[in-house]
Amino acid sequence: MNFDPRYSGRNFASVGTRPIRPDGVDKVTGRARYGADFNMAGQLVGRVLRSPHAHATIRKIDTSKAEKLNGVKAVITAADLPDLTDGDAALYDILDNCMARKKALYDGHAVAAVAAVDARTARQALKLIEIDYEVLPHVTDVDEAMKHSAPVLDDTIFTEGLEQEPVKPSNVTKRSQYGHGDIHAGFGQADYVVERSFKTEQTHQGYIEPHACVASVSADGTADLWVCTQGHFVYRQHCAQLLGMEASKLRVTSSEIGGGFGGKTHVWAEPVALALSRKAGRPVKLVMTRDEVFRASGPTSATSIDVRIGARKDGTITAAEATLRYSCGPYAGMWAELGAMTAFACYNLANVRTVGYEVLVNRPKTAAYRAPSAPMAAFAVESAVDELAKEIGMDPVEFRIRNAAQEGTRSSYGPVYGPIGIGPTLEAAKNHPHMQAPLGKNQGRGMACGFWFNFGGQTCTDLNIGMDGSVSLAVGTVDVGGSRASLSLVAAEELGIAYEQVKAVVADTSSLGYNDMTDGSRGTFSSSMATISAARNAIKILRERAAQMWDVPVDDVVWENGHAIAKGEKYGNLAALSLREIAAGSGKTGGPIAGHSELVADGAGVSFATHICDIEVDPETGATRVLRYTVLQDAGKAVHPTYVEGQYQGGAAQGIGWALNEEYVYGKDGRLQNPGFLDYRIPVCSDLPMIDTQILEIPNPNHPYGVRGVGETSIVPPLAAIANAVSNAAGVRMTHIPMSPPRILAAIEAERGGRWSK
Amino acid sequence: MAAIAVSTTINGDNVEYLCQPDETLLDVLRDRLGLTGAKEGCGTGDCGACSIILDDRLVCSCLVLGAETEGRRVETIEGMAHGDRLHPLQQKFLEHAALQCGVCTPGFLIAAKDLLAKNPDPTEEEIRFGLAGNLCRCTGYDKIVRAVQDAASVMKGA
Ligand code: FES
Ligand code: FES
Repeated sequence: MNFDPRYSGRNFASVGTRPIRPDGVDKVTGRARYGADFNMAGQLVGRVLRSPHAHATIRKIDTSKAEKLNGVKAVITAADLPDLTDGDAALYDILDNCMARKKALYDGHAVAAVAAVDARTARQALKLIEIDYEVLPHVTDVDEAMKHSAPVLDDTIFTEGLEQEPVKPSNVTKRSQYGHGDIHAGFGQADYVVERSFKTEQTHQGYIEPHACVASVSADGTADLWVCTQGHFVYRQHCAQLLGMEASKLRVTSSEIGGGFGGKTHVWAEPVALALSRKAGRPVKLVMTRDEVFRASGPTSATSIDVRIGARKDGTITAAEATLRYSCGPYAGMWAELGAMTAFACYNLANVRTVGYEVLVNRPKTAAYRAPSAPMAAFAVESAVDELAKEIGMDPVEFRIRNAAQEGTRSSYGPVYGPIGIGPTLEAAKNHPHMQAPLGKNQGRGMACGFWFNFGGQTCTDLNIGMDGSVSLAVGTVDVGGSRASLSLVAAEELGIAYEQVKAVVADTSSLGYNDMTDGSRGTFSSSMATISAARNAIKILRERAAQMWDVPVDDVVWENGHAIAKGEKYGNLAALSLREIAAGSGKTGGPIAGHSELVADGAGVSFATHICDIEVDPETGATRVLRYTVLQDAGKAVHPTYVEGQYQGGAAQGIGWALNEEYVYGKDGRLQNPGFLDYRIPVCSDLPMIDTQILEIPNPNHPYGVRGVGETSIVPPLAAIANAVSNAAGVRMTHIPMSPPRILAAIEAERGGRWSK
Repeated sequence: MAAIAVSTTINGDNVEYLCQPDETLLDVLRDRLGLTGAKEGCGTGDCGACSIILDDRLVCSCLVLGAETEGRRVETIEGMAHGDRLHPLQQKFLEHAALQCGVCTPGFLIAAKDLLAKNPDPTEEEIRFGLAGNLCRCTGYDKIVRAVQDAASVMKGA
């Protein structure tokens, strides 16, 4: 099929409007079904036993007492999930993370699981499982883990990417490097150089819905899985591989999802639930507690980053470099690499170099969190950029505008940019009234930029036209925040019909071809591309049917505003045929009318944002208050502007939490001290102001409507924007995130002490 | 443990159920009565996703025992609309897109209903503090606050 994805300017009828989402009523009435809202007859309750140790060899597991408890139907350990990964190291890590095999690698690592008739019996059974651990020394801090003296988590790991082949195993799995030009020459040209080290603590995506699934394995080897996930096709693939099933025998249905933000892109509990169900011969429901969500799922990396940037007096950056160390949890990842790629992506640099180190620590396996790895790199870089502007004596916005990447700039991670939005968001920020608003005592303003790649990927969509002319749109990208509305708008736009005539659903894995998961801000970008393609295929058939009904050549039939029209003088007497009329006659003209689309959505346009915020700092306590916040971001084309604003606001709020409060706190014993919403405090309504948004539309040349992904970039600038604001308010450069009151107070006091001693 | 027989009113209907002495009201609603509109986000009273109204008082149903509702009135999200007529708060949440994933929405709607019952004309600050017991990770609260403001003005006019 020759689908042309290129952008063509057009006037939109539906796209850009703000209708109510099709799944809305169910969600305000409590009828929508999330992961834990589904039940099956005969269902058992699954529970997971987790390691209390940060690092321990599992010598022996005795499950005999648990198995004998009345009401227990299955107990499993790693032995019930044999290694079928066949040399696939990444899949082996997933397996080991689902159920520890030889060693428990973090506090909360699953070591056994039970299925019982009710929750109380299941909990009792967990207590009866006896495990003989040999506790090993552990390390949870990213810098500590890099030291030669640190306990090594996996002695088969030798650092990849070093010039010299390492001779000793290490916690550093990989070194990566990006950049171009001559760093030394570049710093030689600089009149000013800023050099700083930064740290960020580990945070959790904090979705309000814990992981939940119901698994049902039948005696004939087929299985059903109901689960909250960002990618049911990927879950099917991983679960089928880990359980030794054919993928087509496992049907995965994605429930409504109560937040994911990257955290529901990996399997954790699902293979365990399937293994329990297989053993018990009954359906098993497995729902994580909040404590388990914090201890065993999610988190993002903790980081330690050094940045050095040099510039001439005129404000031109001559060289930039960064060294980025990211924690991965106990398994290899590419988190520092993503940081190294994104760190300087906003700028046009002649000489740039970034180096990333992936570091293993005894913490849960790092998972993606909204523009994964970019916020921390942006925090370090944008803080240093602000400082450098100050040293030169330039306005921070002007300084950034002067150095901003443009169309044709070679990015710091390699590719050459097409049309991009960094310059326009900066200009919009400069002209925004927020920038001119007066500030009071102890108040500071900060701004910062952010970048994210965006992703496209494999996508499959079906568009079926009913005999009554209504349209069912079946997509395979999970709807994490309103994409059924935006995709219905796109189908309506392309077909030339009303939004209300379209109903979009997320199809299960047995009803549609493979789809990558909803990550990389791809949901609306890629599925809208596939929807447009499917609609165009359907229009082709609609034209053929109209031609048949009129008995004219199909080439004389065009599709306009939801109608087939016969073009040409000689057809003057033929009234246009509506989609409904053609659909009503479809039984006699060749049967059902549908359009399908299978494609790889290439060309997800990169995305840029600029944020501005005002913060008040109480110099006596270090407490902060966010006074005002503005997000300016390029959307390419906002399909449903209200949900685009929602993505901007949500990302900003998460970034605010990360910047000011949220942090994993580990004790000396390697145990997580704050696995609950009381002590891991995410922003509440009274912590935040309204979050103003401005949507810029710089069309993505690789999408028919110009759409870019919008979901992730909004979390990239906040850490830096807030750090710059706090630094300006408190008169001291903040280098450690989160900027909790004690940290701010310590920084203020250190600065005062420094001044006194001068 | 012996089950306890409870007789109560839920969304105006007389309901009887058996529950264990240590079973939360949230578990009773969700697992025994099939009322899954209230969500468990934490089970410890920190997220508000399980909010219900018990005798005119906003509570976290994860912190109430099933056995405690004997002779009392329980209101859940399932009772908020009248047939297909949505409550103004529900309507305004839809119009303002005050939900993204929607898992926090039942709790917010119940909490907002309770807030407006006690304070029909709240300031932005009163709304923000009134809803501070409910966590939303998706929206940044902006559109939630606007939806509540809009619903309050509609309800006053009604
Ligand atoms: S589940 Fe009750 S407050 Fe979170
Ligand atoms: S809409 Fe997702 S938690 Fe509020």
